Amino acid sequence: MAAPTEYVPKTYRARMSTYWWLARRPYVKFILRESSSVAVAWFVIFTLIQIRALKHGADAYAAFEAWLQNPLLIAINVIALFFVIFHAITWFNLAPKAMAVRMGGKRVPDILIAGPNFAAWIVVSAVLAWFILR
Amino acid sequence: MGKRSNEPFLWLLFSAGGVFAAMVIPILLFLFGVAFPLGWLKAPDYNSLLTLASNPLARLFLFGLCMLSLFHWAHRFRYTLYDGLQIKHLNELINTFCYGGAIVGSVVAAWLLWRFP
Repeated sequence: MAAPTEYVPKTYRARMSTYWWLARRPYVKFILRESSSVAVAWFVIFTLIQIRALKHGADAYAAFEAWLQNPLLIAINVIALFFVIFHAITWFNLAPKAMAVRMGGKRVPDILIAGPNFAAWIVVSAVLAWFILR
Repeated sequence: MGKRSNEPFLWLLFSAGGVFAAMVIPILLFLFGVAFPLGWLKAPDYNSLLTLASNPLARLFLFGLCMLSLFHWAHRFRYTLYDGLQIKHLNELINTFCYGGAIVGSVVAAWLLWRFP
């Protein structure tokens, strides 16, 4: 056995498989949910490239738009879109669990906390789409 | 007394970024990453997009979005590596990569958005 270090305690612990999260569906869902953060980071990189192209002038921006039509990039963006929507849904559904609001001694039903989050999501999306498409 | 932890502060950034990302990113990624390139919707022309992005409030919004989303990624990805791959012994390397990446990305965002165009 390896010598005890800061991260390897003296007490015995069975080594779990690196692929433990494939064993059950909820585990897979957990890892996929956490992995959505990679799609979030990709979106930021994408946005920074877009802002840079926008600042460099019309030609640079046209080149950026042409680059976006590359099938590989469309595939990446479709997958990333799936993950960020998954992130949004799981995040809003988590809100009632993170803040258990009580009123009159009873717990406010989950739907009353998650509901406004979903409503706000629709409103924010509509407002942003209006700004961009008008 | 143990060492004071940065955890609450990092968790706050993670959480704020989580809300911001959930509200804002799906529609933006759908429009710019999928709908416009595939021609489902007509993309705004260069000048109107430049006018929109030049607005100081839009730039502040974009900076906040980039910065908080990056710290959201950093925190979540760090723990995904911890729990998923169980590579806790690479602790410092992972922290440097995640939070360092978020800081570098935020500086790049600030630098890009400071002056427009």
